[in-house]
Amino acid sequence: MRPILLQGHERSLTQIKYTKDGDILFSCAKDQVICAWFSANGERLGTYHGHQGALWTIDIDPSTTLLASGAADNTVRLWDIRTGKCIKVWDFNTAVKRVEFNDDGTKLLAVTEKRMGYLGTIVVLDVKVDVEAEQSDERSLVITCDESKATVAGWSYLSRYIIAGHEDGTVSQYDAKSGDLLINEPVHEDGGQVTDLQMSSDRTYFITASKDKTAKLISARDLTLLKTYPSDTPLNTAAITPKKPFVILGGGQAAMDVTTTSSRQGKFEARFYHKVFEDEIGRVKGHFGPLNTVAVDPLGRGYASGGEDGYVRVHAFDRGYFDFGYEVEREMGLVGKR
Amino acid sequence: MAPSFDNLTEDNGTYDSEEEIDFSDLKEQYDVRLEQGLDAFVVVDGLPVVPEDSKPKLVKFLVKQLNKAGKVKEDGFFMPTNNKGMTEGYAFVEYQTPQQAIAATKQLHGTAIDKRHTFAINKITDVERYGREGRIDDEYQPPKIDDFAEKEHLRWWLGDPNSRDQFVMLRGDNVGVFWNKKKDPPENIVDRMHWTESHVQWSPLGTYLATMHARGVQLWGGPNWTRQTRFPHPMCNLIDFSPGETYITTWSFKPIEVSEDDPILSQEEDGKNYIIWDVATGRPLRSFQMHDLPTPPESETGQPVKKKVPWPAFKWSSDDKFVARMLEGQSISVYELPKMTLMDKTSIKIEGVMDFEWSPALPQRDSVKTYEQLFCFWTPEIGSNPAKVGLMSIPSKEIVRTRNLFNVTDAKLHWQSQGAYVCVKVDRHSKSKKSLATNLEIFRVREKGVPVEVVDSIKDTVINFAWEPKGDRFVLITTAEVVMTTAVPPKTAVSFFCPEKIKGAGVGNFKHIRTIEKKNSNAIYWSPKGRFVIVATVHSQQSFDLDFWDLDFEGEKPESDKDLTANLQLMNTGDHYGVTDVDWDPTGRYCVTSASVWKHTMENGYHLYDFKGELLREEHIEKFKQLSWRPRPLTLLSRDEQKTIRKNLREYSKDFEEQDRIEEDKEKGAIVEERRRVLSEWLAWREKEEEELKAERRELGLKEDVEEEEQADGEDGGGAVVEEIMEEVLDEVEEIA
Repeated sequence: MRPILLQGHERSLTQIKYTKDGDILFSCAKDQVICAWFSANGERLGTYHGHQGALWTIDIDPSTTLLASGAADNTVRLWDIRTGKCIKVWDFNTAVKRVEFNDDGTKLLAVTEKRMGYLGTIVVLDVKVDVEAEQSDERSLVITCDESKATVAGWSYLSRYIIAGHEDGTVSQYDAKSGDLLINEPVHEDGGQVTDLQMSSDRTYFITASKDKTAKLISARDLTLLKTYPSDTPLNTAAITPKKPFVILGGGQAAMDVTTTSSRQGKFEARFYHKVFEDEIGRVKGHFGPLNTVAVDPLGRGYASGGEDGYVRVHAFDRGYFDFGYEVEREMGLVGKR
Repeated sequence: MAPSFDNLTEDNGTYDSEEEIDFSDLKEQYDVRLEQGLDAFVVVDGLPVVPEDSKPKLVKFLVKQLNKAGKVKEDGFFMPTNNKGMTEGYAFVEYQTPQQAIAATKQLHGTAIDKRHTFAINKITDVERYGREGRIDDEYQPPKIDDFAEKEHLRWWLGDPNSRDQFVMLRGDNVGVFWNKKKDPPENIVDRMHWTESHVQWSPLGTYLATMHARGVQLWGGPNWTRQTRFPHPMCNLIDFSPGETYITTWSFKPIEVSEDDPILSQEEDGKNYIIWDVATGRPLRSFQMHDLPTPPESETGQPVKKKVPWPAFKWSSDDKFVARMLEGQSISVYELPKMTLMDKTSIKIEGVMDFEWSPALPQRDSVKTYEQLFCFWTPEIGSNPAKVGLMSIPSKEIVRTRNLFNVTDAKLHWQSQGAYVCVKVDRHSKSKKSLATNLEIFRVREKGVPVEVVDSIKDTVINFAWEPKGDRFVLITTAEVVMTTAVPPKTAVSFFCPEKIKGAGVGNFKHIRTIEKKNSNAIYWSPKGRFVIVATVHSQQSFDLDFWDLDFEGEKPESDKDLTANLQLMNTGDHYGVTDVDWDPTGRYCVTSASVWKHTMENGYHLYDFKGELLREEHIEKFKQLSWRPRPLTLLSRDEQKTIRKNLREYSKDFEEQDRIEEDKEKGAIVEERRRVLSEWLAWREKEEEELKAERRELGLKEDVEEEEQADGEDGGGAVVEEIMEEVLDEVEEIA
């Protein structure tokens, strides 16, 4: 499995996203540029210029028409994917750490940072999935996090709930219509900041990654803890693979936390765990800085990781990956029917 | 009610004199015991009653007796007579100093004067203090003796049906004891937070687990890990058990300060650094001050070199009968147990003595029938006298053997575990003092006349040496470079030696087997049963090799080695990043290599190997500090019984393998069963979720089976063709118009 190395960014990667068909890969980094790549061969399709600060987050609507991005310049921007034109700018008081479209692309949530006297918020914007249409300035919902700021958030199935991960290691479920806090669960260790939250393909459960060195699989319906994946390093990202019952975790000792960072000590590997049995089943080396973001092809053909080292590595899964299965899974006929 | 400001009169504002307040209760409570000038006085009771005329004779006799503990002051003896002209059987005595008075109460109290009379000596201040009115009950209260309570079985762990071994592991603030389960995670027996404040230590036979605390040392044991004894040595830094666990030495860098009312320690221990205790009673036997360290030699830069405190300072003979301490350059003091009296009341003067070691087992010298213990010592060159290595027999103090050596820089004494040999590793300098070389002087203690064999074929400096336990082979590590604390580890060479084959009984001369060059190794760890040895690189930043050697390899023997009593074979090599310690279990079946947070913070944890060097399991533990195996006492089986077992080993091993297989199958089955359960639970949950989602979609009037549709899309999309346009510039011509 030889990866394709994408060397288009000049600073550390912050988020990677595949389109729904998995053919195009979007990446954003602290160098203020969004890149689009063909996932099959790593050819760069284009870039999106306009942000005045480090980019923190991107997302693509399900029809691959619009691209949303959030950055440290306190804006959320909406782009026409095809032309690269910025079609809307929403201004905020603080940096935007996470954006995500709901399952039909009509709503966009944005998580804003707590800073300069402003509390962290989760904002919902109504979006018209049409590059020509006039986008509304209005925020259709604002959730203020007065306990501990939200760091990541996502939409549940049917856009019923907004799920948010917090700085103190808790995970909350909000009603996506009213914005009421329904549940707040201390899922991770106190202070073990939730660094990533990715939904399963049907959005009924999700995985969280945390600085407390664990990743957890949680039900979106009632926030029951389903699985725990322990590791030996602070985690920055976690993703669920479709087709195969695995999860991919990424992280590593931040450079400021270790005095002598050899690649051995740094633990800069992508770790594969079995989603159901919680066992670690493999590691993929390559980055020489912590992994900041991992994304999986929605069709399960490969995955991409973005590191603090400024590189994106795109991997295509090989035969062994698809053939792998526990004896128990074979018994039940779960392996091999690709 | 507290007086309010209103009703304060002027008088109340200031007290005219203190007499108005009754301080007596406070005075009594906080009474400072002033120097009463009576500290040098003692009351002597239990004396014979004699008439006036024989009194001078008695006084003369008594003063002579009392002077044993000090010097009675002139006119310091007062024995009153009553009106009948008879003495009363007591006397008041003044010593020259209060210390002598204390010594008299300690040494002479309870000793016999003659057949019928016994001294009863008390400090006069104590008589005042304890005998004051109201302090003594008129009626005799018998002391309360606790009922006999049966102790837990201290060797319970040896009864494990699978003969597993235990180890103690210290990580973070937790101390846990575990059963070794080979490939499986160890089984926890007990785990306590803050069980120790620094480290833990097993007693040499494994009976007790010692924990260290600011207020002393505690020993634990039995299946419930109850406290067996404690030794209240405040700020104790290090401990050392006698080989038979009868006694223990505790040491603190800070001299002990004993408080007045300490229940265990007396003023005797005040200001001391070492205490030797009786483990069974928990009482101190004797305490010692630290010797002043000899003035540290100055290093080349003029800075004084910090000298390590020699540990153990008190070295035990193998049978717990003697303990000895060296005063560097002067003498060795041998104490006899259990009384802890100095043998023959005098230290053994050995001019210049640098180091000494007891034989680790009862020596069996040729044609010596009487009981003896041996120790080996060495002295450097003094003036024109050569350096010397000697063997001394105790208690006779006879020097059994000496050997003169020249150009000696340093020497190290290595006894073989059965006391059959002692190897003196002599670092010698050339005449110009520029180069160093090492000689081995091997004393064959059991042979007639204690012959010395010299191994001088070694060109380089030997940095490590180790005898095979219960064997007669050894391993050493040499380096050509002078060991310096640079980042690059020095290149070293590992050499193996064994005796050559001879006809008849006895052991042949030591011969070189093989040398492995270009290593970084610096440590040798023999299996406690001999035969297998690990040569490792520890405490290194770059290199972490573990080499597992077999000295009795059962395969073919190379022709060149046919005269040797060994067949050397490298069985396996390992690699443990950041390894700091290597520990064999007491049976020699397993070996643990560990990386302790005490030395560095990278990848702390341990690896478990079997004796063949096969990695059984590894575990990374944050803040891992220490792992040590529980030692086992000597076997109770006779030599013959052990032999039979060894002979039938193959049959036994069948049983054990069978057991292992059953265990494995059982566990495998359990794991599979568990997986099956987990998987079906998950699938059921998924099914339920999907059902619910479908129902909810239906309610909202959405398409039901979006997901399936997507899935199908996915399958098609999987084969999508990507069009790639390759452009290649073949030639570029710039045209100028």
